[in-house]
Order: sequence, then structure tokens, then C-alpha cells
Amino acid sequence: MPSQAVLTADQRPAPRYVEDVIRAAVILTMFWGIAAFLVGVVIAAQLVWPQLSFDSPYLTFGRLRPLHTSAAIFAFGGTALIGTAFHIVQRTCRARLFGGEALGWFVLLGYQFFIVAAALGYLFGITQSKEYAEPEWFVDLWLTIVWVAYLIAYVGTVMKREEPHIYVANWFYLAFIITVAMLHIVNNLAMPVSITGTKSYGAWSGVQDAMIQWWYGHNAVGFFLTAAFLGMMYYYIPKAANRPVYSYRLSIIHFWSLVFMYIWAGPHHLHYTSLPDWAQTLGMAFSVMLWMPSWGGMINGLMTLSGAWDKLRTDPGLRFSVTAVGFYGMATFEGPVMSIKAVNSLSHYTDWTIGHVHSGALGWVAFIVFGTLYYLVPKMWNRPAMWSTRLISWHYWIATIGIVLYITAMWVSGIMQGLMWRAYDELGFLQYSFVETVAAMHPFYLIRLLGGVCFLSGGLIMAYNMWRTIRTETETFATQTQPALAA
Amino acid sequence: MFIRHETIEKNVILMLVLTLITVSIGGLVQIIPLFTVETTIERVDGVRPYTPLELLGRNIYIREGCYLCHSQQIRPFKDEVERYGHYSLAAESMYDKPFQWGSKRTGPDLARVGGRYSNDWHVAHLVSPRAVVPESVMPAYPFIANRPLDYSDIGQHLRTLRSVGTPYTDEMIANARADLEAQVDPDRDPTAMQKRYPRAPVAKFNGETTTITEMDALVAYLQMLGTLVQFGDIPPDRLKQ
Repeated sequence: MPSQAVLTADQRPAPRYVEDVIRAAVILTMFWGIAAFLVGVVIAAQLVWPQLSFDSPYLTFGRLRPLHTSAAIFAFGGTALIGTAFHIVQRTCRARLFGGEALGWFVLLGYQFFIVAAALGYLFGITQSKEYAEPEWFVDLWLTIVWVAYLIAYVGTVMKREEPHIYVANWFYLAFIITVAMLHIVNNLAMPVSITGTKSYGAWSGVQDAMIQWWYGHNAVGFFLTAAFLGMMYYYIPKAANRPVYSYRLSIIHFWSLVFMYIWAGPHHLHYTSLPDWAQTLGMAFSVMLWMPSWGGMINGLMTLSGAWDKLRTDPGLRFSVTAVGFYGMATFEGPVMSIKAVNSLSHYTDWTIGHVHSGALGWVAFIVFGTLYYLVPKMWNRPAMWSTRLISWHYWIATIGIVLYITAMWVSGIMQGLMWRAYDELGFLQYSFVETVAAMHPFYLIRLLGGVCFLSGGLIMAYNMWRTIRTETETFATQTQPALAA
Repeated sequence: MFIRHETIEKNVILMLVLTLITVSIGGLVQIIPLFTVETTIERVDGVRPYTPLELLGRNIYIREGCYLCHSQQIRPFKDEVERYGHYSLAAESMYDKPFQWGSKRTGPDLARVGGRYSNDWHVAHLVSPRAVVPESVMPAYPFIANRPLDYSDIGQHLRTLRSVGTPYTDEMIANARADLEAQVDPDRDPTAMQKRYPRAPVAKFNGETTTITEMDALVAYLQMLGTLVQFGDIPPDRLKQ
């Protein structure tokens, strides 16, 4: 069974893996995570107290919001994916990274340069205004170069593998890299006004542009935030639980059905718009069908714990990963529900969407990254465990409470606002002016802010724990971890 | 043509090619017809490319990320049509690069905000939203009120847009600068400009200022939103997609 290949003890000497790049990626992931959560807290606070933009051009919600989403998705998520991709591909293939240290560093640092260039652009108002594809043409070109190098490093390593089979985690990473390349290029085709200027005009316009943008946008979710992180799940959960993947057959079925169906789901972002109805209906149908392959992945992840559930008591890092899969299941159930046109007519344009995104982004993406890092940091720095198990538990609970506050506040405010918009009084007039619905959001925006502060605090606890793990020598380690384990 | 999955699992190039084919199908089926089916965009009169001033105002709207809180897309629901006006047509955004339909309404929809408020109201609201709407959570934009509008390369903007499909004529490009200045100067004769850009309003959008400001451009853009199509003149069957 290839799904067990990763677990079989191998007597052959391991090749000399490229590891410095992975260590750097781990630290950068943590840094970008804190940055993303912090900017999120700032813009959440601005919706409670709008004066917090201080009349500055650089601190308005409109400029900080892309900074937050890009920091979360591309900086935090993307750096985690590059680091784990290099870790997983080398180990599951028993091969040193293709291109060695040089190519590894080029991909990682080139990607960091992309992030910084994009982020500075947002602050100075350089944006294409396409959600999750805001960077302008010159930043897009640079990312294309880095991405091709990433693909070469990954495929090159797989090609020189010593294992006969390509392990399932790699299928997902490969699908992620190749699909994101396709989406990125098509969605960002543009003509710069001047070769020395930042502004460009896109190749697409109006309704076609909307369709292409959400074909891109939904699959940034589908392939960047889902497929790739499923690859992460398929390696680190079996490793941490010391169990083989539950079903090899299920992984084949859900891989191919997931990559086939996700691409169709984009139009559910455009229900009841000027996009022709046939496209909306197709998008809705595939979004509902997508529920099945999504839960195929969830079941395969959770059932891998069979016979190892007791590890959740002693390994809070694994608790993060398993909770992540639970949130993945919840978000991928909520998504199809929201893609049904009748539901969408209420939920669209409201905070419900924001809550849904965060149950995926915080609950699934961030938690699976946390679980992975708690596994990876001791491995990469040759420590017996994280410095403090108790702090991992603290992080787990404070982050979970933060997510619950966040998504429940957004459910309530979103559904309430949707209902207020369509409410009529007994005389047949619209009952609420728009600004009355804004005022009604206020308490929920405060609760959301509190949830965000919890999540950020958890991230800071993790960063501290990570720093102590890396700085504490192995000999002094045992005395540190024992009392925490006993607790 | 049954292939054993083992074959795919042992050949990375085969796996990549099959994955690429699998992920291409959905996009091809949904996107290509939007370019080929003629009824995708309704044939209605009145929609025209943006005037040079509106175009630069739109670029400020994009720069400031207005689309993150304001949609420009009215759905065909009773409450939305009553609140915002006739539901949006695909034709109305046919020259939008990129489209600004948005995905969130932290603030109200702006698809038909044009003409709803006075120019003075827009200026006051952008400079200090809570002075006009106390419950508003919108950021204040005082910094665009006096910032001079950079329109030195306006002709090049129009030329670039033409290269990606917007039907700007040679005449429009040659007169871009003059047309821009004509739109903010009620003392000039607007006939030539309005012949090129029908229904373009002319006003000192930002009140009495010595130079043309970013505020002039932004308000000019807001004031034309949703005003181009005259729905009274259109028989309903023309709106079928």
C-alpha cells in the first residue's frame, strides 16, 4: 500500500535533505501569521471605531483589508505550503530537493519578495482591485517566475524519487501548484499603461471579467487553501498519529473528484448578478456536489486516527490538526448550503460570508498549520518535543474560543443584516434605511474583534513557545517538559 | 480506456497532464460561452466608455479599495430594486476593467448612486463621513480633497484601454486632455466633449478649487454610475440574456 509507504521503517541511509530552507520557512510562517492576525484585529477594530484610520491615506480599511487577506492567504498560508512542500516531497520521495539549496532558497526568498512587494503596493494604493489577485502586473510577473521555479523544484524532486509510488500528499501539492499557475496567469492578463509605471488595464471586462475573477477566486480557496492543505493533512496527521492513511481508495476518489468539481464552483459568488443564469445554476450544482469529495477528505483524515484517538489527550499539537479537519468538514458543509441560490439571496454581501471564510481560514487553514508546526519544529531543530506542552494547550483553547466568538458573531450579524435589508413594514415600505442596518452591526463587530484578539493572543503564545523550543538546548529540555506533561 | 491508478501514481508527468486536463474542463465550459453567446450582454443604448475624468476617478475608487465595502450590482429582488433602482445589466459594466460588482455591502450598493446626491454632499461625505451620516463606519478621505489630479498621461491611459478592447477612437485619444478639463469647467463649451461622451455631466465637482483635484475625478465618476441606460426607452424583451 503506497499510503503506508511513508510509515515503513527504512534501513537505507536517507539522502542529505535540504533543511535550512524549511527551517527558515517555519519561522517566516509564524511571523506572517502574527502579521496577518494583527492586521485583521486592526481592521476589525476600525469597523467598531472608524476613527482608527486617523484620516491617513495609508490606514484606511480599503487599503488594509487586502493587506490582511494577502498576509493570511499568501504570506502565512503560502510560506507554510512552500516549507511543508519541500519537507514532504523530500521525505516521501527519499530524494534531496531538485536544484538543492540554491533553488530552494530562490523559491522561498523570491516568494517573500513577492509578498513584500504586494504588501507595500496595497499601502500605497497600487492594486488591480481583483479580490485575492490585487497585486499589479509587475508583481504578478515576478510571482510567475517564482512559481515556475517552485514547480521545477517539486517535480524535479518527484522525478528522482527512490520510492516507486508518488505518495498521496504529493498529488495534492502538485495539483495545487499547477492549478494556481493556470488561474494566476489567466486572471491577471493585463496591459501596463507604461513600462515604468505601476498601473495596468486587464484583458477582460465586465461580465466575463467577473466570471474569470471568481473562477480564480473560488479556486484560490479550492487549490491554495484546500487541496494543498489536504496534502499537509495527508502527511502530518499519519505521522503525528503514527497510523497509516485510513483509505487509499478513498484518497484516489476524493482527489480526482475534488480537483474536477472545484473549478466549476466559481459562479456561486455571482448569484442573481448580471452573469447569465445558466452559469449561475451550473456553479450552484457543482458547489452542492462538491460537498461529497470534501467530506471524503475529512473522513479520510479523521479516520486515520482510528486506534490512536487517545493521542489527542497527550498531544495537543495533534489536537490542532484534528480540530482543523473538523472545521474543514464544517466549512465545506456550510459552503454548499450558502451556494444554494435561495440561501445566497440572503447571505450574499453580508457578514455571513465573512464568518464562513474565517471558519475555513482560522479553523481549517491556520489550525492545520499550527498542528504541523508543532510537529515540525522539534523535528527540524532536533528537540525531543516543544518547550511547553501546557502552552500548546493554552494556545489551543484560546484560539478555539476566538474562532467560536468570531463565527457566531458573524452568523448573527450577517443573517440579521440580510433580513433587515428585505424587511417591509405594515404599510409596504422598506422598514430600515441602510445605515440603520450598519448601526445594528455594532455589538457584533465588537464581539468579532474580541474573537480576533483571542486568536492573535494564541498566535503570540505559539511564537513564544517556538522561540523557547529553538533556543533551549536539548540537555536542559527534559526538566522543562516533564511538569507540563504531568499537568 | 481504463488506466490503472498505479500507472498514474508512478509517472509524475502523466499525473500532471491528467490533473491539468481535469481542472481545465470546468473553466472552459463556463467561460468560453460568455464570449461567444451573443445574448450574454444585452443590446441597450447609452452605454459608452468612461470620459477621461471619470476614468481617473474610477482609478481612485480602485486605488482606495472602495469595492471592498460597496457593491455595484443590484440584484433583481423587490427590496433591492426599491432601495437602489433597476437591477443591473451586464451591458452596464461592459467597459469595466476590472468589474466592480463587489462581494460585500458594509456600505450600500453604488451601482446607481449617480445623481442621487449633490456634488457638495459627496465632497462633504468623503471628507468626513460621520459629519453627514453619524452612524457611518466609512473611513474619512480628507486627503483627496486638495490633492491635484495627475492627468499628464491621460492619452496613454485611453490608448492602453483601446489595446485591450475598449472602443476609444483616435479623436477621443487626441482630445483626452481637453475633454478632461472641459468636464470640470462649466465656462467652456462642452458640445464637442458631450458629443464624444453623451450624457457626461459638467460641473465644478469639488467646488471652487484652483486646480483639478482627485476629488473632482472621484465625484464625477460617482455621479455617472448607473445613469447611462435610459430604462424608459427600452422594451423589456431587449433585456433578455
